[in-house]
Amino acid sequence: MAETVQAAARPMDTGRLWVLPPLLVLAGLFFYPLSLIASQALTGDAGPASFAHFAEVFRSQLFLGALWHTVEIAVAASAGCLVLGFAVALVIAFVPFPGAREVARAIDTFIALPTFLAALAFTFIYGSAGVVNGALIDLFHLETPPVDFLYSPWGVILAEVTVYTPFVLRPLLAAFSLIDIAQIEVASSLGARAPRIIREIILPAALPALLAGGSLCLLLTVNEFGIVLFIGAKGVITLPLLVYDKAIQEFDYTAACVIAIINVALSLSLYMLYRTTIARFGGRNAGVV
Amino acid sequence: MLVWSKSGRWFAWGVAAALIGMVYVAPLAVILAASFAGQWNDVLPSQPTVEHYLEAVTGASGEALWTSIVTGFVASALALLTGTWAALALRQFSGVPRRLLDLLFFVPSAVPSVSVGLGLLVAFSRPPILLNGTSTIVFVAHLILVSAFTYGNVSAGLARLSPDLEQVAESLGARPFYRLRHVTLPLLMPHLIAAFSLSFALSMGELGATVMIYPPGWVTLPVNIFALTDRGDVFEGAALTMLLILTTLAVLIGLSRIPTKAAPR
Repeated sequence: MAETVQAAARPMDTGRLWVLPPLLVLAGLFFYPLSLIASQALTGDAGPASFAHFAEVFRSQLFLGALWHTVEIAVAASAGCLVLGFAVALVIAFVPFPGAREVARAIDTFIALPTFLAALAFTFIYGSAGVVNGALIDLFHLETPPVDFLYSPWGVILAEVTVYTPFVLRPLLAAFSLIDIAQIEVASSLGARAPRIIREIILPAALPALLAGGSLCLLLTVNEFGIVLFIGAKGVITLPLLVYDKAIQEFDYTAACVIAIINVALSLSLYMLYRTTIARFGGRNAGVV
Repeated sequence: MLVWSKSGRWFAWGVAAALIGMVYVAPLAVILAASFAGQWNDVLPSQPTVEHYLEAVTGASGEALWTSIVTGFVASALALLTGTWAALALRQFSGVPRRLLDLLFFVPSAVPSVSVGLGLLVAFSRPPILLNGTSTIVFVAHLILVSAFTYGNVSAGLARLSPDLEQVAESLGARPFYRLRHVTLPLLMPHLIAAFSLSFALSMGELGATVMIYPPGWVTLPVNIFALTDRGDVFEGAALTMLLILTTLAVLIGLSRIPTKAAPR
């Protein structure tokens, strides 16, 4: 019996060691660099550990502005993704047309494309010398470009809605595929109109997917960098862009590390929110990004 | 189902078409148009040319295309190795330790890529390991950033595998490595391919970490595109963007056509 217990225990213990190699890769290439960021944020280049550098950054108007812009843009973009995603998912799932599945798949492909693509496209469409302004100037004989939202937070927000809506669309379509069509047809035959069916049948079923998609969009938009960099609007600075500016443009690594730590803390908090949402509402797929 | 009247349906389709057209078709269309435009001062571009594509595949831009493809393949292959290894290894765990390790392997996907780049810059600009100014640091950045997605894909695939086949193989005397090579990995192949595809696409588009750490001799497409557009060379930037899109889609489509013995469920 003792031999049996030992024999059973040994492979189990040995088998668990297999997790060490990938864990070491992760520790050495990811957690070690992150720990050095935290270290530099606390000590500067050579000083004793203290929160002086954090205090200095928190007093900076540039940082407070970047923090506000980051949150403002992320919340607005996530809301936009939810609205657009819900609208498109409704039509694809419940007002089907030939090729609906192909359209959904094509939109999904945007997940595989770089985010700055939207920013570059927007400069051609909505920029000072873009198509929209060109058309409006011609049409109304204007002297200056009337459309200028691209160079405000709204430009970034709209670009991010373009980029991140697929992350709402996919879970929504999955949720809608589970809705019993008979429920909707019975409701229709009993006289309920579309708005009521949406409110009482479809929205409750969509809620878990909206929460999961929304929290994921919040995380992704807080971390977004390429769009903000490419649009390059003065006065629209987010935390990731501020890290880049401090480190690469100004060589102020200590400030960059402080801001990066704050950014990472914000992102990890949102990630835990996302994991919690998935675990609570996600059922069998809980925990799978 | 939801809308019965024909006019209501056409209205819904019209709204959806307008939204999809404005949000998804227009951006791709204008970048494509710009990549062939000699000038664009009006509603439509003028002076059509292929000059931007010629510039895009020669000189610095051509090198950037090659750099991105090499980085994408190498980083994705390494990420596939570590991600698959981690996913398989975690099957030995359960309960809280498993959830904690699962969380650890996913964390890189949650952290801003710019901060990852800054971390690598700080960590490898000092002893014991100096990588700053080398192409290796770019590979490391891409590996870290895409590894969570390979782990996630393979993990999800494993969760859907029935343990029956592996147990039958074990009962017939197959050793662990034999089971891994002849049973588990073939069954996982569709998920491995999907994981590699997504990793490659994400690597091709990666900008945040790379712009922090790239050495002069290893400039990726996104970094080069940003440099071009930042100094006003928007049309060559558009051509390079089209090449990036086409390369990414070509790899995705090519990989999706690889036949595997495991049929998707």
